Amino acid sequence: MAGGAGQGDARYCRNVPRIRIPATRYPVERFALPNGLRVVLAPDRSAPVIGVAVVYDVGIRSEPEGRTGFAHLFEHLMFQGSENLEKLAHFRYVQGSGGTFNGSTHLDYTDYFETMPANGLERALFLEADRMRGPRLTEENLRNQVDVVKEEIRVNVLNRPYGGFPWLKLPAVMFDTFPNAHDGYGSFHDLESATVADAADFFAKYYAAGNAVLGVAGDIDVAGATRLIEEHFSDVPARSAPARPDFAEPDLTAERRQAYPDRLAPLPAVAAGWRVPDPIADFAGYLPYVVLAEVLTDGDASRLVRRLVLQDRTVTSVGGYVGFMGEPFEVRDPTAFILQAHLPPSGDLDKVLRTIDEECERIGTDGLERGELARTQARMATHLLRDTDAVLGRALRMAVVEQQRGDAGLVNELPRLIGEVTEAEVVAAAAALRPSRRASLEVVPGGTR
Amino acid sequence: MSVRAVPSLGPTRKLTLPKTAERALSNGLSVIAIRRASVPLVELRLRIPMPSTKLSRPYVARTSLLSQTMLSGTSQMSTVDIAAELQTVGGALNVGCDPDRLLVSGNSLVSGFDRILGILSDVLTDAAYPPDEVSTERERLVDRIQVAQSQPSFLARAALLRRIYREHPYAIQSPGPTQVRSVTPRTLRSLHEDRVHPAGATLVIVGDLPTNRALDAAEQALSGWDGGGKRVRQPPVPPLAPGPLTLVDRPDSVQSSLRLALPAVPRTHPDHAALQLANLIFGGYFSSRWVENIREDKGYTYGPHSSVEHSVAGSMLMTSAEVATEVTAPALVETLYELGRMATLPPKEDELEQARQYALGSLQLAISTQAGLASFASTYAGFGLRLDYLTEHAAGLAKATREDVAAAAARYLAPAGAVTVVLGDAAKVEPAIAAVLPVERAPLPVDDE
Repeated sequence: MAGGAGQGDARYCRNVPRIRIPATRYPVERFALPNGLRVVLAPDRSAPVIGVAVVYDVGIRSEPEGRTGFAHLFEHLMFQGSENLEKLAHFRYVQGSGGTFNGSTHLDYTDYFETMPANGLERALFLEADRMRGPRLTEENLRNQVDVVKEEIRVNVLNRPYGGFPWLKLPAVMFDTFPNAHDGYGSFHDLESATVADAADFFAKYYAAGNAVLGVAGDIDVAGATRLIEEHFSDVPARSAPARPDFAEPDLTAERRQAYPDRLAPLPAVAAGWRVPDPIADFAGYLPYVVLAEVLTDGDASRLVRRLVLQDRTVTSVGGYVGFMGEPFEVRDPTAFILQAHLPPSGDLDKVLRTIDEECERIGTDGLERGELARTQARMATHLLRDTDAVLGRALRMAVVEQQRGDAGLVNELPRLIGEVTEAEVVAAAAALRPSRRASLEVVPGGTR
Repeated sequence: MSVRAVPSLGPTRKLTLPKTAERALSNGLSVIAIRRASVPLVELRLRIPMPSTKLSRPYVARTSLLSQTMLSGTSQMSTVDIAAELQTVGGALNVGCDPDRLLVSGNSLVSGFDRILGILSDVLTDAAYPPDEVSTERERLVDRIQVAQSQPSFLARAALLRRIYREHPYAIQSPGPTQVRSVTPRTLRSLHEDRVHPAGATLVIVGDLPTNRALDAAEQALSGWDGGGKRVRQPPVPPLAPGPLTLVDRPDSVQSSLRLALPAVPRTHPDHAALQLANLIFGGYFSSRWVENIREDKGYTYGPHSSVEHSVAGSMLMTSAEVATEVTAPALVETLYELGRMATLPPKEDELEQARQYALGSLQLAISTQAGLASFASTYAGFGLRLDYLTEHAAGLAKATREDVAAAAARYLAPAGAVTVVLGDAAKVEPAIAAVLPVERAPLPVDDE
């Protein structure tokens, strides 16, 4: 066990009492409209701003074969006009109210949101209700947005080094079925093949009121907001949610490893993933992995930064997180614990993977250092509180958590639940990251200037 | 299809500023405390002026590496100790630099406020720059520079800065590998001793604590920080020198990076509000002429944007778009067209009102979180402004007329005054670009003399 991180160094945190982990106490109101739309309200009068989010229970995993990238393309189409609004009107109304907007497509959901001064509440609700009734799907808008999405892919993937690494590329190593394994940005061929009829079908199937959650956070009064929501959303036709398919796949039984060349990348990189317990059905079994990711990689006092970056100097950076999109509380099964590292020129990937195994084994056999878990949990609490300080962050997280777990109030509980994860649970999680369950992907640099 | 009216906005709420207090410490540090109790956290932003009198590549390398190693240990603590102690109170600090300043930013649970201040003080007065850690961070910085230099957005910006700032210190903002490799721990200690001092520095504290308590704690922790050191003034930026379009070859690029710089004025200039509105109408937000044209109509690009960038020595209007290689010249034509239209015809009343609402709403949103408020107040402080200047700025936005905006557009947005850079596959794009503007080639901005 030569040279283990932090061995024999018990100075950290000596005599520092464990800090109390605080929580938020945002009031949470939940109700559903007769058409099936679920609503979450989180009033907070501390600043005159609001966040409004609508989350649909459809994402990259649900797009049909031959239509890779379609969930994301469709998200763009939801901004191209709706029942009462011309193209461009949505953007103009939000920004002309002093707000900003966006949407994003995830593995298990697609969100649409605005944040604006509080006097825009009714307008934001109107805009979301209008497109929930139906987007204006035209051939011209579809072709325009196919072009825009292709430029988005060029910016984020094709014209830069490490594009889509590892979130678009590691799933294909780890998973075998189309929903889990395919590239969610999509191929240009599939995008170009998309039709208006495809979009109409997708809307009809997935964009039902019963498949959506509306979240509103910030400077609202509950009675007034409830009245406005009923006024604007009650006549959205009732359509029930489609049955959600089972995307389950068995865990790996043997290591998988792949490599691909990146002509723009100057340095090697590697990502490794391991399956984790079901984030919804087995939340208690899943949370230790979320904590472990931070124990291993959060800051200069974390295990892998100390060992790989500061001591061995075998990597220039290392990061760890749960979920391919780095959102542990907004993902369903199957998902993964992921580590990624960038290496110096001529770095030794095998050595890096072996060292990671060694450090996980070390935690498995020696446990954690004094104070190591508590300080990691304290920092995680700060991150969680900071995320939800923005009304939009709060509205989004509450809406997704309501959709996936039926319990938006869990957002208030997360710092405490993280704080209750025990050392034994983290140790067991580390011990489960065995090479035989690992899927890894290597970037072979082709970058020469 | 029934036509529903878009709801009007509720009454606009006046911009209200949070409770703020300020204290000038005897060593020259200004401490600004702002109370926002939304979450039990505290945010810190310490801004230390670090300008250079002249363009110096070694200085850029020294300040870059200083910011990477300031937290790498003191006489009493290692880099890991510092990180672990901060984590214990849910905290973290990090250090960044630009040609104007060093910025130490951080946050923690509010119960750890005294601890994070204590560590900040230790680092400011006793940073050790240990040789091992410096050598590790030096190589990491070199690796990061290599990765940055493989990014088109980095290269395009670097080329633009060289073209517009020429011999001014702003011309080079990122060091080359060779320069970084020659920086020693001794150089860093001496740079720290010369320049890391409280005179002219500002510390902004935002969080869930009374302002007096914040000021007292800061005074107690930081009064011992030595007020010596040099005061350095940098020259004003040179006027823009329009001329041929600068084309930088990046073979096989699937997109071209289009950049234009235009003149701008500081926040306190009488034209500032009108210029900000003119920029919004042109390309400063999604609902602008340029974005609606080259994205929503033509599909040339994904995320074009335009903004006024303020630096201490001068302000500049910067516009950027990543466009498909085959439409580089047409995208340039549309850009020049939209700028020309701004400069020669007044905006419509509704365009101005929409931009005005957006600008005013953005101020409300920017200060609605602890982190946003801290960054906003710190940035203002770097220009000698306090948060209450927001009220004046909001008044300027509220009263700017079409005539004011038209005059500002004519003065600042005229395409004849632009400096233009394109980075892309020169062999493919040059013939068409040369039909629009005279072109001269420039090398990739990665020299390392």
